[in-house]
Amino acid sequence: MSNDLVLRVIGRLLIPFILLFALYVQFHGDFGPGGGFQAGVIIAAGLIFFALTHGVDTARKVVPDWLVETMLASGVLIYAGVGLAGLLFGGNYLDYFVLDHNPVHGQHRGIFWVEVGVATTVSGVMLKIYYMFASRSGSED
Amino acid sequence: MAIAVFTLILTRNLFSVIVLSGIYSFLMATILVALDAVDVAMTEASVGAGISTVLLLGALHLCKSEEAKHAHKPWLPLAVSLSTGALLVYGAFGLPTFGDPAAPIHQNVVPRYMQNETEVPNVVTAVLASFRGYDTLGETTVVFTAGAGLIALLRRRKKTEPEGMQRKDDA
Amino acid sequence: MFGHFSYIITVFLMVAGLFIIIARGNLIKKLVGLSIFQTSVYLLYIVPGKLVGGTAPIISPQYTVYSNPLPHVLILTAIVVGVATLALGLALAVRIREAYGTIEEDEILARDHVVVAASHEEPV
Repeated sequence: MSNDLVLRVIGRLLIPFILLFALYVQFHGDFGPGGGFQAGVIIAAGLIFFALTHGVDTARKVVPDWLVETMLASGVLIYAGVGLAGLLFGGNYLDYFVLDHNPVHGQHRGIFWVEVGVATTVSGVMLKIYYMFASRSGSED
Repeated sequence: MAIAVFTLILTRNLFSVIVLSGIYSFLMATILVALDAVDVAMTEASVGAGISTVLLLGALHLCKSEEAKHAHKPWLPLAVSLSTGALLVYGAFGLPTFGDPAAPIHQNVVPRYMQNETEVPNVVTAVLASFRGYDTLGETTVVFTAGAGLIALLRRRKKTEPEGMQRKDDA
Repeated sequence: MFGHFSYIITVFLMVAGLFIIIARGNLIKKLVGLSIFQTSVYLLYIVPGKLVGGTAPIISPQYTVYSNPLPHVLILTAIVVGVATLALGLALAVRIREAYGTIEEDEILARDHVVVAASHEEPV
């Protein structure tokens, strides 16, 4: 499958747009359907598509294991860090109103970082799961 | 959708089962759009039809692709399922009717969510990240834990592995 | 009757998932049945949130009636957690396949019995 020329070329054409769409879903999630969960899954889907067309080993060079594992943990840490930031600014845990002088802007900021954390963890976990299954099955999947 | 489910029960070739479950997920996503749940539909289409199909196929690649002939007659499970179904249908007639604005689900906390005090137009995002932030933190932790558990399960290879699995684990 | 039609669909999907889980011995098929059961729960949550004439819960000056956003939030997270647990179940199936050489429940149980019968002294 990883030697199919048509798939490789189309995959290379499509993957930037898939990733761009994921970023759109991530940052436009306040105004339309979307958010961290969806964006994380779409990022992972784009990279899994890359791994399917170019082989898992190539994908592991582009997105190495240590990066995926760091993403896995850092997403949760970003989320929890937003909560701690609320504490530091004198509010409750996960209280976004204190993150900015304007409470509404504080809410926006809190939601933004929380969604970033969610997307990071979700895409990391999905990619890691795929890597684990694919590397078990040998040379290609 | 019912056809997809029935075929799914009867088919023994696991490859067709997985493809059918992907079709089923897409149908479910269209139903969710019709029910106004656009965020959920988006997630279902990308997760249910995309990622989990790939994962099931990956697992299938590691396992046998044909289900064994059923040893037992399915009458006992069928009876259990059907009686459960009958009870649930009987119970469902006590629930509010479809689209009833006076149902309890629309009364308690939702009017406050709809006041839009975070000024984020997508209420789903606002509730997800702000009002129910603890909840989502817990969910993210669950996803992280599942990933960690999966790494723990699949990282070490066995000493005697079948041929075709010759690549070294870089762990 | 028609007011409760959506619940009947939900119950049908739930029963189908339950039947697959109980009656089929193949572990991967059991997991597929489990995900069908899960989607029936999604429907059970989402359907009461729908209002006739309502629109998706994205605030806009053109609309006044919105469907209930709370079940959407709950199910959104449930889907992602569901795929994570599905992956965990598949990983267990793969490990079972490596240890036993099969993912059929009957054969696994039969092999367990053989091992127990062969070695009475050894703890299994």
